[in-house]
Amino acid sequence: MTTANKTQQNIIVRILNTNTSNEVGGRDLPLWRQILLQLLTIVIAIEVMFPIMYVITMSLSSRTDRPSTLQLIPKEISFVAYGQVLDHPTANPVSFIELLRNSFFLSFGVGAVALLVAVTAAYAFSRFKFKARQVLMVMVFIPLLMPGVGLSTPLYLLMNSFRIFQCGVGIAIEPFMSCSSSGGLIFNLRDSLLGVGIAMVAGALPFAVWNLKGYLDTIPRELEEAAAIDGASPNQVFFQIVLPLAIPQLAVTFFLGFIGHWQEFALSWLFLTKPQDYTLSMTLYNMTGQYATMIPWNRFAAMAVIVALPVALIYIALQKYIVGGLTTGGVKG
Amino acid sequence: MASMEIAGASTRGAKFRRAVLPYLYLIPAFAVMAVITFYPLIYQVIISFTDFQTKDLRMGLSSPALQFIGFKNYIDILTGGLPVQNFEFFRILIYNFWWALTNVIVHVPAGVLIAVLLNVQGLWLKKIYRAIYILPVVVPPLVVATVWRNIFDEQYGAMNQFLTWFTAFFGNADPVRLRWLTEYTPPIPWLLPTGPLPLAYYAMMIANFWLGWPFMTVVATGALQSIPKDLYEAASIDGASDTQQFWNITVPLLRPAMIPAAVYGFTTSFNLFSFVYFMSGGGPARTTEILVTFAYDLVRNLRLFGAAAAFSVFIFFVSLAVFLITNRITRATESYSEA
Repeated sequence: MTTANKTQQNIIVRILNTNTSNEVGGRDLPLWRQILLQLLTIVIAIEVMFPIMYVITMSLSSRTDRPSTLQLIPKEISFVAYGQVLDHPTANPVSFIELLRNSFFLSFGVGAVALLVAVTAAYAFSRFKFKARQVLMVMVFIPLLMPGVGLSTPLYLLMNSFRIFQCGVGIAIEPFMSCSSSGGLIFNLRDSLLGVGIAMVAGALPFAVWNLKGYLDTIPRELEEAAAIDGASPNQVFFQIVLPLAIPQLAVTFFLGFIGHWQEFALSWLFLTKPQDYTLSMTLYNMTGQYATMIPWNRFAAMAVIVALPVALIYIALQKYIVGGLTTGGVKG
Repeated sequence: MASMEIAGASTRGAKFRRAVLPYLYLIPAFAVMAVITFYPLIYQVIISFTDFQTKDLRMGLSSPALQFIGFKNYIDILTGGLPVQNFEFFRILIYNFWWALTNVIVHVPAGVLIAVLLNVQGLWLKKIYRAIYILPVVVPPLVVATVWRNIFDEQYGAMNQFLTWFTAFFGNADPVRLRWLTEYTPPIPWLLPTGPLPLAYYAMMIANFWLGWPFMTVVATGALQSIPKDLYEAASIDGASDTQQFWNITVPLLRPAMIPAAVYGFTTSFNLFSFVYFMSGGGPARTTEILVTFAYDLVRNLRLFGAAAAFSVFIFFVSLAVFLITNRITRATESYSEA
């Protein structure tokens, strides 16, 4: 019982993230030390703020030429660059709304689908004892060892094999049908947001299973046992007791998926060729480096701020949970 | 009530249902993974033995032009026989380990020291500093890489402008024009004997330092706050100096939290795809390439699908080795923390 109480307490500490330190009161710092430490902390703060202020200042500037001197505090506040980026983000005929929609579709879709598919598996691994448990857990774990890029070749080829052709008056769906008089290509799963999304789920799913399982393991079983004794079926226990208790972690897992795939670049850059399918991170990549000799830096900076903002806001709002979730099992106490 | 459950379990139907239920719960995940994970993994191994190229894209494995070439891809990768310039597998492998290791070695101590600094009792404006120091964690690495790429721009970058301003105090009148991301000559030639560490490596270390230490500070702060204050009080009554307290209380008690964080940091840096790809693209001359960026280049630009598959199999085994080693380290420290 004491251990159960302890775990319960740990959960409460985690959820509220109550500050367990006794920082109140304490000795006074001698002034010379205070000043010394303040200098140190300010230097560190400057180090942190340097690139942030650099990019924000640049994004608020109306100058389209490249910066000739270092400027870290905005001299003018102009939203010209933001306006231009929102109005006409790339050289291609694709609007900002479309880019945003594509990024949102991918990150929201991948986060949600991975979560939905993963949650029952996580529950099974956390609560049931069954013969193939070890083997199946290893099978879910193995893909985690393969970095997302490592699976990109077969996923590319797999998605590329699903195509729809115009075949006379009807259509032919490869690889299930073939068409003798090969007409025009209507749809290639590989070259579509749907295909990229499916491929991304491959990377997101094992992570979601393990992340959720780790959390479910920390939920005390007493409630479930009590419900089972009261005659609840295993399904009722799962839907009515475990799922509601797991909501915070479900949210964290979803948002980790969302954040991770908001900035996903490798697969979309590999799969997608049509400008109207491009995402925000692909656009940002296009605005830097060898492809971007013509793009004013203030526009690049505005785009960087726009891409970073949603992730930063979600992260700040959920910071405590996210850091806790990432270090579950490692950090004790 | 408990007796009822036992009675229910003894009936055959319930027993069967109980045995099948976990598998029913596993069906959605495994059905999805069968198609998009396990099938591609097997496919990957098969095509790693072929010379799969763009011409085979239309027909896949049934393509008449496709040839099974045995272990040629694997041998080519190990011996540098791929039709790719500046590619040596072992140089990239060693650089990859070096890159991940040097990052962690810098991030963890810096993170811990800054956490300790922020934990000093009576420090003013603590809350504000904590809020500022978390910022690098919340910015997507991809944006960080693009911004730092511009910062290290040879002509207009902020770093050279800063150095120009800074060196002006020492009488330097010329603008600094360091070719951060393109200069090939290594500034410290003896540092990594297997390959050149160009200026781009240092530029990326700086940028990744900015990105990396705040996470370590967050972890260390959490662990610091769980260290009982009486330990320090008892130590100072016994006459231990601050330095002694740091080494004998703070460091050992932080270790159980910091080692998993370091392991996490190591694996993250080891496969830090978008950061490396965005910042240097592996250049100049593939000297800052890591395994994942090279695998990506094989597919995306060189379109050697067979070789890329073989390369990914190598990545898998390297990742497996990294996992087994780091897992052992984490486990070893777990028993340490319990002792």
